Amino acid sequence: MPLHVAVATRAFKRYSTYVGATLAGIFTNCVFGVILCFVYLEVWGANPDAGGYDASDAVTYVWLGQAMIMTVAVWGGGSPDDLAERIRSGDVVIDLYRPVGILGWYLSADLGRAAYHLLTRGLAPTVVGGLLFDLRYPADPLTWLVLLAAVPVAVTVSFGLRMLASLTAFWLLDDVGPRMLLGFAALFFSGLTVPLVILPGGLRELAMALPWATFLQVPADIWLGKRTGLEVVEGLAFMGGWAVVLLAACAWVLHRAERRVVVQGG
Amino acid sequence: MADAVVDYCRIASLWVRASMAYPASFWMMAVGSFLMTGLDFVAIWVLLRNVDDLGGFSLTEIGFLYGATGLGIAFADLCVGRVERLGQMIRTGRLDTMMTKPVPLLVQVCADEFAPRRFARVLQSSLVFVWAATYVDWTLPRALVAVEMVVSGSVIFFSLFVGLACVQFWTADSTEVANAFTYGGNQVTQFPMSVFPQEIVKALTFVLPIAFVNWYPALFILGRDDPFGLPEWLQLASPVAAALFLGAAALAWRVGVRHYRSTGS
Repeated sequence: MPLHVAVATRAFKRYSTYVGATLAGIFTNCVFGVILCFVYLEVWGANPDAGGYDASDAVTYVWLGQAMIMTVAVWGGGSPDDLAERIRSGDVVIDLYRPVGILGWYLSADLGRAAYHLLTRGLAPTVVGGLLFDLRYPADPLTWLVLLAAVPVAVTVSFGLRMLASLTAFWLLDDVGPRMLLGFAALFFSGLTVPLVILPGGLRELAMALPWATFLQVPADIWLGKRTGLEVVEGLAFMGGWAVVLLAACAWVLHRAERRVVVQGG
Repeated sequence: MADAVVDYCRIASLWVRASMAYPASFWMMAVGSFLMTGLDFVAIWVLLRNVDDLGGFSLTEIGFLYGATGLGIAFADLCVGRVERLGQMIRTGRLDTMMTKPVPLLVQVCADEFAPRRFARVLQSSLVFVWAATYVDWTLPRALVAVEMVVSGSVIFFSLFVGLACVQFWTADSTEVANAFTYGGNQVTQFPMSVFPQEIVKALTFVLPIAFVNWYPALFILGRDDPFGLPEWLQLASPVAAALFLGAAALAWRVGVRHYRSTGS
């Protein structure tokens, strides 16, 4: 466990080296946030309770989305990308003979990265959004605690998905394709382009059951108070369930992949 | 100029063959890119299902705006999208090798790792554009403005890609500010300007004239009055905006190359 904490803090530090990139990213998040806010305000101005949200909910949702993009790495990236590169180059062998599991190692690294992105690219655009628009904040301190617990779970679900895509590199060598397909699914089904609550009937049910709902929609509903009491517990169980299932899938694929590795030379 | 185009095509065709070395990956990327850009429009469709119109514009009219800006950025991205990686080329020293070769530097940078999967975006935007165009009441002047719109839009995005990449001559990194303008510019023009406050629209007209990518020519083609009451000649001024953008980008590139000192070994 101390080892995994060390891996996570190193990952945090690694990302915190690139201050310029972080500032640039925050700026980009703000630009996209502002654009979406005006569009949503127009939509909710004409239909004040679309999807059970009001205008204030919708605008808050936009900034929560901007905060989560990098934190859960909707577009991919993070430690699974490093692993894919190491599978291609053969360096993965070093990972395999370490006396710690690959999954735990890479998950810690990704959580470290996510912590950094949450504190910078999560927090800063939300502050900017809060200054520009009228946002809604949870009143109950307990809600804040629940959210604090929910974010790492969301990151773990996302990690599981990204890891599965990266592990295809053991078979395909070039994993850009699977990663891209994953990015496409994540972008839409996370509710980043439009809130899942305003999707038409059947599609909405489907989207709400898929793992990507844990990225933004479930945490946002907790934040906005759309889920209360038992529904919060239900939401957390849903997120935790996906995290467990996906990590198990990763472990199984990794186990299969280990049989394929051939070490050349010596 | 013609030489540069020939050179560009030669380098690009090398990379087309290279990307076909992993056909499974190529097709997944092409399909992925097609779907990913297509989802933007699905998102707009979902929004429009909840309201009758957006800023006074119907789904087909927004589809027209969407298709036009999509074509602009798709063509620009196809041709010069790789310029985003300038910082990486500087860091690895690739740019130094390119400077020693008898082909214009910009051509080499842009054609490097030319990705044929970017055609997927052109295809996707064309489909939406053609679909939306069937609802337009076409006349000859409108058709001419449509051609001018797509060309100007492409030139504007082309200039944004190249001009903003030049920042990397100084920073050797940090491509994300550019994204705010290129992809952000694409995003903002996917919606009718009437959605935004007047100050933003004026800024996008007179300060950073991105609205000329599609909004002003589309008002002419769709036969709509400007909701902000701005002069009508703006609707035909896209080529002027494109020329200004191109000039600024060319200047930035020249200054950047002049300033460039290798990162050394």
